[in-house]
This record gives sequence, C-alpha cells and structure tokens, in this order.
Amino acid sequence: MNSLQHAAGMIFIVIGLGFDVFGCIGLIRLPDVYNRLQATTKCVTLGTCSILLGTFILKGLGTTGVKAILAAIFLLLTSPVAAHALARGAHKSGVKLWPKSVADKYEQDRN
Amino acid sequence: MKNLRWLTGFGILAASILFVMLYPILSLLSWQSGFLAHSFFILMLCFAMCLFRVMAGPTPADRAVAIDTLGILIVGFCAILSVPTGRDWYLDIAIAWALQSFIGALALAKYLEGRGFDE
Repeated sequence: MNSLQHAAGMIFIVIGLGFDVFGCIGLIRLPDVYNRLQATTKCVTLGTCSILLGTFILKGLGTTGVKAILAAIFLLLTSPVAAHALARGAHKSGVKLWPKSVADKYEQDRN
Repeated sequence: MKNLRWLTGFGILAASILFVMLYPILSLLSWQSGFLAHSFFILMLCFAMCLFRVMAGPTPADRAVAIDTLGILIVGFCAILSVPTGRDWYLDIAIAWALQSFIGALALAKYLEGRGFDE
C-alpha cells in the first residue's frame, strides 16, 4: 500500500464520518418527521457510501474491495426507496406537519 | 444543592461525550497512526443520537426513521471495522444487514399506512 492510496482512502473515510455525524445531529435537532427524514436519508446514505468507497480505495481490487463496491451500489439503490415509503406511510398515518411549514402538495393532490 | 448535582453530572456526561468524539481525531496528528482503529467511536456517537430519537420520538414515524438510519450506520460501522482488522467477512455482515434493513423499513412503512402485510 503506497502512501497516496492510504491518504486518499483516509480522506474519503473522514469525509464520510463527518457526513454521518451531521446527519445524526439533524436527526436530533430538526422539528418534524419529514425534516428529520430528509436530513438523515441524504447525509447518512452518502456518508456511508463514502466510507465504503474509502474502504475500496484502501483495499484495492480484491474480494474486500469488490464487496464494498457491491454494498455501496445496493445502498444507493435501496435507501431512497425505503425513505420514500417511510415518508408516505408517515403522511398516511396522520402525522402533522410543523406549524411553520409553507406547503403540503401531497395533501392537495389527494383532494 | 440539587442544581449543583445536576450540573456536575451534566459536566461529566458532556466531557465523556466530547472525549469519545475527539479521541480518534487526536490520533490524526501523528502521521500513519491508528486512526482507523479508533474511528468507530465517532459512529458510536451517532448510534447514541439515533437511540435517543428512538427513545424520545413523539410519534411512531420518528422511531421508524431512526431505526432505518441506525441500519444504514451499521453498514458503515462494519466497513470501518474490516479495514484495520483485515477480515473481509465484516463486509458480508454489512451486505446482509443492508438487505434486512431495507426489508424491515418497507414493513414498517406498510405498518404505518395501516395496511396488512399480505396486500
């Protein structure tokens, strides 16, 4: 493992850890289910994909790196679907929006 | 007296959390150190935040979102663990966990909509 490969992998992993921490701070601090969902599902998914990409760069094109790339592709494909289903389920179960919210297009389309 | 005890406990808690957060970052200062061997402490801080939202969420949708986030974080946890130990079966655990977390999130969404599981 040369030094440039090590430095690039470490930079990707550190960026991913930062995205994870800020996504979880958004999970605590934001006022609403929908705001929390849009904070976490982007930050945490892309942060974890960055960690997996850093693992691929550190390990090279072996079994470990290919498994990391497979996990990243699977996560990028399935996590938006799960977030969309959760938001739809939360809206149908009658969770109120934050009182300072501006628009609710989904409610307007259903009527 | 009660305020003093609350303040002391809060100070100890905040100091421990800050130490957990800053302990791997201090090892970045020396070149080629074991930053990766300590960096999952940062993810443990994220786990604590998600578990707080599971515990204190006002609606069931909050808890479902926090569980989904926790499942994605565990994938990154396993990926980080596989680098300094050199064992690649941690990534097998990561792929399987991503799969079952996706299915669990879909089942929770169907439960929130109020439909049955076999529709």
